[in-house]
Amino acid sequence: MTSTDLTGQQTAAPVDTVDHAAATPGLPQPYRELGLKDDEYQRIRAILGRRPTDAELAMYSVMWSEHCSYKSSKVHLRYFGETTTEEMRAGMLAGIGENAGVVDIGDGWAVTFKVESHNHPSYVEPYQGAATGVGGIVRDILAMGARPVAVADPLRFGPADAPDTRRVLPGVVAGVGGYGNCLGLPNIGGEVVFDETYAGNPLVNALCIGSMRVEDLHLAHASGVGNKVILFGARTGLDGIGGVSVLASDSFSGDETGSGRKKLPSVQVGDPFTEKVLIECCLELFRDRLVVGIQDLGGAGLSCATSELASAGDGGMRVELDRVPLRASGMTPAEILSSESQERMCAVVRPEDVDAFLRVCAKWDVTATVIGEVTEVSEEEAARGGRLKITWHGETVVDCPPRTVAHEGPVYQRPVERPADQDELIADTTEALARPSGPEELRETVLRMISSPNLASRAWVTDQYDRYVRGNTVLAQPADSGMIRIDETTGRGVAVATDCNGRYCRLDPYTGAQLALAEAYRNVAAGGATPAAVTNCLNFGSPEDPGVMWQFEQAVRGLADGCRELGIPVTGGNVSFYNQTGSTAILPTPVVGVLGVIDDVRRRVPTGFGTEPGETLLLLGETRDEFDGSEWARVAHGHLGGVPPRVDLGRERLLAEVVIAGSRDGMLSAAHDLSEGGLAQAVVESALAGQTGCRVVLPEGADPFVWLFSESAGRMLVAVPRSEELRFTDMCRARGLPATKVGVVDPESNAVEIQGVATFGLDELRTAWEGTLPALFG
Amino acid sequence: MRVGVITFPGTLDDVDAARAVTTAGAEAVPLWHGDADLRGVDAVIVPGGFSYGDYLRCGAIARFAPVMGEVVTAARGGMPVLGICNGFQILCEAGLLPGALVRNSGLHFVCRDQWLRVENTTSAWTTRYDRGAEILVPLKSGEGRYVADEATLDRLEGEGRVAFRYVGENRNGALRDIAGITDERGRVLGLMPHPEHAIDALTGPSDDGLGMFLSLLDTVVTA
Repeated sequence: MTSTDLTGQQTAAPVDTVDHAAATPGLPQPYRELGLKDDEYQRIRAILGRRPTDAELAMYSVMWSEHCSYKSSKVHLRYFGETTTEEMRAGMLAGIGENAGVVDIGDGWAVTFKVESHNHPSYVEPYQGAATGVGGIVRDILAMGARPVAVADPLRFGPADAPDTRRVLPGVVAGVGGYGNCLGLPNIGGEVVFDETYAGNPLVNALCIGSMRVEDLHLAHASGVGNKVILFGARTGLDGIGGVSVLASDSFSGDETGSGRKKLPSVQVGDPFTEKVLIECCLELFRDRLVVGIQDLGGAGLSCATSELASAGDGGMRVELDRVPLRASGMTPAEILSSESQERMCAVVRPEDVDAFLRVCAKWDVTATVIGEVTEVSEEEAARGGRLKITWHGETVVDCPPRTVAHEGPVYQRPVERPADQDELIADTTEALARPSGPEELRETVLRMISSPNLASRAWVTDQYDRYVRGNTVLAQPADSGMIRIDETTGRGVAVATDCNGRYCRLDPYTGAQLALAEAYRNVAAGGATPAAVTNCLNFGSPEDPGVMWQFEQAVRGLADGCRELGIPVTGGNVSFYNQTGSTAILPTPVVGVLGVIDDVRRRVPTGFGTEPGETLLLLGETRDEFDGSEWARVAHGHLGGVPPRVDLGRERLLAEVVIAGSRDGMLSAAHDLSEGGLAQAVVESALAGQTGCRVVLPEGADPFVWLFSESAGRMLVAVPRSEELRFTDMCRARGLPATKVGVVDPESNAVEIQGVATFGLDELRTAWEGTLPALFG
Repeated sequence: MRVGVITFPGTLDDVDAARAVTTAGAEAVPLWHGDADLRGVDAVIVPGGFSYGDYLRCGAIARFAPVMGEVVTAARGGMPVLGICNGFQILCEAGLLPGALVRNSGLHFVCRDQWLRVENTTSAWTTRYDRGAEILVPLKSGEGRYVADEATLDRLEGEGRVAFRYVGENRNGALRDIAGITDERGRVLGLMPHPEHAIDALTGPSDDGLGMFLSLLDTVVTA
């Protein structure tokens, strides 16, 4: 309800106040366009005892969306809590429900980490979508009181050679790099996966790790009546308003020609410089103990921050919305409340600290404004969910119980049904597929596999990310996990890996989720770190499809049961639904991130061969004839069917324990997890990483195809200094872990010789492995 | 011995530069962009990052920061100054070094371990190296392509002011493979690669970068 005067200036006109809403109960409201169902709208009316104002409708609709309320996933996610034992909880300082989980890693350090999706914006506008995905997760970590210290990005795209992938991938990679590099955060890992189901629906997941002293943990609370609410960081604009624009166009007069006001895209625009300054400013505010509670502004902007801060504290808050610094004229209260302008934070501050708070902000040139205060609530109001009152030039535009906005949204028990084609899919195994036979075909298969888009070098992507900044990066891509030093004196550090094979999940989401967990767990252990906690980003199709909900339910159960078996807790997570193009859903993609702890990063285990003069190659674990869902089945036959590799989490745990013990006692000089592409892939990558040749001798009677390409889980390739070989194999025998000698590293050689199969020059392998992505993306 | 490390809003590698100074055995002194005060330091490092966001030409705003006026005066008086990456860009903008850094020829940001050949071993920052030695340090920049007119390039070469050259691949397309240059007196050094990220093989590709900070110690102590 603004109008444009003759000079083109927009002037404020009457807004939809609470009084006006009470007086006009029958006024039609565009709640359906805002994504609310009829019964959801009726529930809002029942809560308020009247129709909502425009501003309230904007708040409820965005906070009750799938993205913010988890309304379809909540009933399933409870299972994570139900399967977390007291013992698993022991090392957690905060868990699900906070912005991010916090893990006690020892020496007085706490580490927080979380992964979030920014899938849909990244399809619409790849650069900004990916950039603001990084920005959002970094602010989440900051809101825990931690200094963000590293990022990693699991990415998934359509076929590597599809024209649209050429639009989306370079933009996403440039966005991740452009934002993360400018923040000064090393990018230490992630994934790049291609599959046709991600065409039209790329997955851009962003992970951030933060560290802090245990005593500095900040949780979002707004307690303390009289405390001030301060909004600081960037100004609030019209970007990222999305669905709420229907309210604006309904109530906006004078733009019939479309010229009255610039419509901005629904994807937010990032400003990494502002975020970098905001990070340093926040850390100084934390250091000076000027913050009682803090919340970042991400999805749902001020609607989310005010309602969550208020309901996390004593329940009462008053906000003067007209004090919010704006960067567009004529914004309505509904727009201000739903704007997703980036690089903003909201803090609760004791009145006596406000001046000092504003001084720190001024030092960093950060705009900061007191926009409200924590208020007292009566017992009756507390029982209703607190009281959030928002005014606009003195008139009340929101008066609601904040808990009903933030935490008491609708919860759905969506229909769940195993897809009808699941049995058919499982029956279609790889048994009948033609396998390469003879040295010539095997040689060709090795080269074809290592140069295929899913197995080729990721350097084209990761070379656009700064992995060195802050000087604590110990391992980064192409290592199995990223590892950073947290304490420069003791050398204590953490490792992180993210994994998910959506093809396995499609064949069996329960087992697939456990395989994702097992792989991330194994990758962390391969570097020498002890797995300690799990985060996840559950990317699925439409929850309104019972088949998708079955995949989701199965994946959650598989992951939760797996975590209980491994004894490591899920400390946080994120759900992204509606990842589909038309009626075709993406492969179920529960990305699992595992955080590991290492007491001294100097004993990390690298991937590359050749750090010791003579090394023996051992294959730990058992190799079975398992090709269903494998990368070979895709590359050679474009096939997906059957059942995924068997998962044995007890074995994974044993494997990890042996490798960590080997690392601690200096018995290992290299380790590489075996997963997609099997042993051949691991040998090639380790030889190239160390720029050292080797001779692979498979056991007597072994089928070379199965040994080279099978994707059996629970396996690792390790290089053991010759002097330690006996000690290490004795340990494996004593603990019941199969260890098969599969060759030797040859520091004098520039070739990988697979005895009886083929010999490859390192240059030939490097050309094949490194050439693919540059050829596709320039 | 005290070495100042400047922080602008948007500076990223100041912690790394300070760590390198400390590892070399000197005291790192934080300098703030808004203070026209060098706090009595013996040398200054202008570290990498994106000063003020670098949304305009890189370093174009930073050169006007109050602290930079002091740096320019001190450098003209002979104080050793090292500009790394964004710092190199800033020193060029401030007129302490000739030429400019423009967008990489491949248009992408490039982060890689880069071999450099040491061409000058007499400047304040390079005495610890052997002439012709090859060192491995990270290069990470989007606008790292060194350019200058032919006459300037000839003069730099003739006066032995090309300090480091890219060996093997030259991924940003710098003219004559130039990675770093000095001023006339060899007191001011600017380079795109990051010696402060190569002080320990645990966290960098080598410890080859430490030589620059140790060279400075020799320079200041013998002065």
